[in-house]
Amino acid sequence: MKQKDPPISVALKQAMKSIRMRMLRQFATAFGVLLGIAFYASVRTSLALSESDPEAVEGAVKLRWLVFLSLLMCLVGITNAMLMSVTERYKEIGTFKCLGATNSFIVKVFFLEALLIGVLSSTAGAFLGFGIMVAVRVFTDGASSLSALGSGSLPILLSAIGIGTLITILAAILPAIQAARMPAAAALRVEV
Amino acid sequence: MEASRALESELIVRTRGVKKTYHLGDEVVHALRGVSLDVQRGEYVSIMGPSGSGKSTLFNMVGGLDKPTEGSVYINEVDIAQLSPPELAYLRNRTIGYIFQTFNLIQVRTALENVTLPMLFAGLSADEADEKGFLLLESVGLGERLHHRPTELSGGQQQRVAIARALANDPAIILADEPTGNLDLKTGKEIIDLLRKLNEEMGVTIISATHDLKMLDVSDRIVYVRDGEIAKIETRAELDLQIGEVEGIGEEKW
Repeated sequence: MKQKDPPISVALKQAMKSIRMRMLRQFATAFGVLLGIAFYASVRTSLALSESDPEAVEGAVKLRWLVFLSLLMCLVGITNAMLMSVTERYKEIGTFKCLGATNSFIVKVFFLEALLIGVLSSTAGAFLGFGIMVAVRVFTDGASSLSALGSGSLPILLSAIGIGTLITILAAILPAIQAARMPAAAALRVEV
Repeated sequence: MEASRALESELIVRTRGVKKTYHLGDEVVHALRGVSLDVQRGEYVSIMGPSGSGKSTLFNMVGGLDKPTEGSVYINEVDIAQLSPPELAYLRNRTIGYIFQTFNLIQVRTALENVTLPMLFAGLSADEADEKGFLLLESVGLGERLHHRPTELSGGQQQRVAIARALANDPAIILADEPTGNLDLKTGKEIIDLLRKLNEEMGVTIISATHDLKMLDVSDRIVYVRDGEIAKIETRAELDLQIGEVEGIGEEKW
């Protein structure tokens, strides 16, 4: 006989309990995501704002590099935060398996957790980075200078949220899959 | 006589030549060197042995938590090495209940939510699971602490939750790994009495790895493991003659 997964609501409830009960830990993770994405969004925004500015064209190449670097920082920061939060929970994963959880149930819990944290913190980060750059610009050059942004703000925000969420999910789910596939005894033995 | 009776009755757990080897760097550790053990349905078996003797490894093999390097483990005459991960999950969910030295409750879930989890895995609705979970917690004396989280419960209470959780899907076997190891004497005794009661009243087979001598009193058989092998097996009848002597000298005697 094969074990079937319980309804998705069981995994969702577990993910939400886990976020609620580990508020401090999850906040640290979310903050890492937020900062990375805020950095990325701010660099993209200031690049977009200066694109039509002839004096800044020279700096644009440098800024493109900065976008790349900000993405890299984002990746490292988020991966590190999520990896830690999964590794801390190997024992819990082992216990879940003893109680009859399938591998896919465990992965689902981590996926939903990362999805919730990823969407919330990347959205906050995207608006924060975007907002700061826009505010700085308004203060220095006046509101009219924002026209350079044109319709460019939506792609910046969406890409920041998308990238943040994607990296958060990948960083959580890869170690979770690995942990779920371990023999239960090995997962239970892990002490952090 | 004992042997012929064992052949007649149903064997719920059977291990044949189970070996387990770990690789720690270049070093090879032989945790089990070929263990063959039969456990009958309804039996209370204690696996005794000092730490490092291989008893926890044996416990993991019997519970389907790890696979042997060589040899086979049969539960209800099914070789568990042949099971796919979903089949193994099904077995762990319905046939075996686990109890650990460190309780292993899910920290983010309340007592009741811990007990209902295996039932939700088994496909019960939330209401059915809550109802049965409440009865189970009441039967282990925790009817008043349903909504407490593990951090708000004492060690003994946590272990009672773990026992209720192990019973969630009416398992045929309860595997207990040092269930009294983290408890004081009196609480440990209560947990042992509770396990014995379950064994007698519900006919659950109990296999317990332990080095707690209080466990000897209630066991039908004691399997002594040493250096990855079964050193000897004592039945209750043999034990009754020696118990005073064993308690007097302590666990290092054998």
